[in-house]
Amino acid sequence: MGVRISASAAADRSRAQSQGEPGITYIRPSRGWRALDLRELWRYRELLYFLVWRDVKVRYKQTVLGASWAIIQPFFTMVVFSLFFGRLAGVPSDGVPYPIFSYAALVPWTFFATGLTHSANSVVGSQQLLTKVYFPRLAIPLATVLAGMVDFALAFAVLLGMMLYYGILPTANVVWLVPLVVLSLITALGVGLWFAALNVLYRDVRYVVPFLVQVWLFATPVAYGASLLDNLDVHWRVLYSLNPMVGVVEGFRWALLGTDTAPGPMVLVSSLAAVLILVGGAFYFRRMERIFADVV
Amino acid sequence: MSEIVIRAEGLGKQYRIGEAQARNDTLRDALAASVGRAWRGLRRLSRPSRRERFWALRDVSFELARGEVLGIIGHNGAGKSTLLKILSRITEPTSGEVMIRGRVGSLLEVGTGFHSELTGRENIYLNGAILGMTRAEIDRKFDEIVAFAGIDRFVDTPVKHYSSGMYLRLGFSVAAHLEPEILLVDEILAVGDAEFQKKCLGRMNEVAREGRTVIFVSHNLDAIQRLCTRCMMLDGGQVAAYGPTADVVAAYLSRGRGPVDAGERVDLSSANRQGGSGVRFLSAVFGSGSAEAANRPYTGGPLEVALEIQADSERVVESLAISIRTLGGTLLVNADVIELGQPVHLEPGANTVVFRIDALHLNPGRYMVSLWAGSTVSTLDYIEEAFEIEVVGLRREALGMTPAENGLVPCAFSVETVPGPAQRMAREALP
Repeated sequence: MGVRISASAAADRSRAQSQGEPGITYIRPSRGWRALDLRELWRYRELLYFLVWRDVKVRYKQTVLGASWAIIQPFFTMVVFSLFFGRLAGVPSDGVPYPIFSYAALVPWTFFATGLTHSANSVVGSQQLLTKVYFPRLAIPLATVLAGMVDFALAFAVLLGMMLYYGILPTANVVWLVPLVVLSLITALGVGLWFAALNVLYRDVRYVVPFLVQVWLFATPVAYGASLLDNLDVHWRVLYSLNPMVGVVEGFRWALLGTDTAPGPMVLVSSLAAVLILVGGAFYFRRMERIFADVV
Repeated sequence: MSEIVIRAEGLGKQYRIGEAQARNDTLRDALAASVGRAWRGLRRLSRPSRRERFWALRDVSFELARGEVLGIIGHNGAGKSTLLKILSRITEPTSGEVMIRGRVGSLLEVGTGFHSELTGRENIYLNGAILGMTRAEIDRKFDEIVAFAGIDRFVDTPVKHYSSGMYLRLGFSVAAHLEPEILLVDEILAVGDAEFQKKCLGRMNEVAREGRTVIFVSHNLDAIQRLCTRCMMLDGGQVAAYGPTADVVAAYLSRGRGPVDAGERVDLSSANRQGGSGVRFLSAVFGSGSAEAANRPYTGGPLEVALEIQADSERVVESLAISIRTLGGTLLVNADVIELGQPVHLEPGANTVVFRIDALHLNPGRYMVSLWAGSTVSTLDYIEEAFEIEVVGLRREALGMTPAENGLVPCAFSVETVPGPAQRMAREALP
């Protein structure tokens, strides 16, 4: 018994694993910074797929409401925001009804916040895998962030429903949603990688991240519009728009609801910042990776 | 000689020993300690720590040719698992280098990455991917995996509803269909029932015969002897013996101090042990109390073991046990107070606890005694090889002879000649 893998397939795989001579792996102590080795990550894409698939499948298992949690969270935050900020505080909403104004921002925000929180805890939560099997460790936080795409899609469908209800037609700028989602993914993963690696050594991260997300929420125009800050000092506004999520959230409203909040040139600067955080995070993660199995 | 597929040179792995956790008995102590810890933690961020380091593995070199099956034996803490973890790239060596030619599959645990909420089918795919199979490969072998595990009726049931046996079988079945050129296996045969173990061994035999290279870590010398062409014995992180299995196993068995005399105090204060602090076995004395056997344990006779146990404070130990193994590591007897539902109370300082086994159903021979104190979730003190005992045969009735090949365990039996074919009696015996 035992279906034998064809000799050529095995040879192909060995060749793919090569580092120098075909089929040969060298295991040596590494020092300092290491290459990202994205080629190896690519080779493990099927594992990445299965990890995402597992996260999606498992996320709402044994909950009564199941996947509707993906909608309930942003939706009820919207209800609360509408009540307190929209009604009671009378926060201006750039000429669209406040509920859809805040919900359009909450959809990408929730994707970002969940992605960040989950990826920061992902490595520590995968202790069992880390100590028992080898694979590129970057796959763990990457999978958790990607798994959030499903929740995002569900919440986004509700957003479309709300637009229908309010009779708002999306503008031609909807195509810009794709780069905006990518930007929030890069930011979540970038920050998540730093925290995921730090979390292995310092479990303090577990307490820092929720706090950070909370502060970040207020530093992002989710409950209010960025126009509220127009009369702030220009230095403060520059600092404010360094936050990549400002561009994402304002861009969502602009592309979908037609508000006058087109991302300005600052979005390029903040995108650059996000990419730098991601690249730095990936290198830091790779550097710390070698001790994960020993310390976690 | 065929091609070398693994070559390790001067392999070493150094670990840092964590700071011992002091116990805080009052809230005030705990608060004071946590402030101190935070302060030390912050200082540690800015300067390198000077904690103690130790080598879990040191200067290990070996070569393995294609198709060889290498067994690795040694005490707990001898560095077996560390070596396997380095070879499977889970952790990096501190020094040295390994060259590996070919695809490596490692099996350090059965069911790695199983998720209890997912069904058997889903877990096969997940586990397969984690172990390095492609989706096409899993698709192709899916039916075989299910059949081998014998879970076809439960494929679409979440594994949390599986019995532990089914869970293990499924985990092993996925792993068994992994087809790497080099397979690394750790101690998985220690779990599961006898039938399952037989299945595992059979499958490993097959894998070895297919010409794959296997490295197999185990405590079970029987399995090592059956499977391995070569064997390595590790001691204190270093290679103590390396060569043909029979030689290394013989070296392993003879390295002990030999059996201890009954009535003699065995000092355990410097024994090789595992576990936390708080409770420690200090010494042991054993005997049968029988003058006829000169206090030595004998087949069918009683065995008393008096343990001197040091406790740091008043403690209730849920699980305190002595167990008896063959020198090859097979567990024969485990007398645990947890089975009596009778936790042991220890006073601060030295305590004496006496175990009494009423009848020792072991044939004459040498056996290893292990001592354990802990709970279902943690180990307080565990000495795997506390001391060796020799069981003697006392009753030499009848012809005064025993068969040349005796088993480990005696049984009471009789024999009688009856007329007629044997089937008739078997049929009559059925209800």
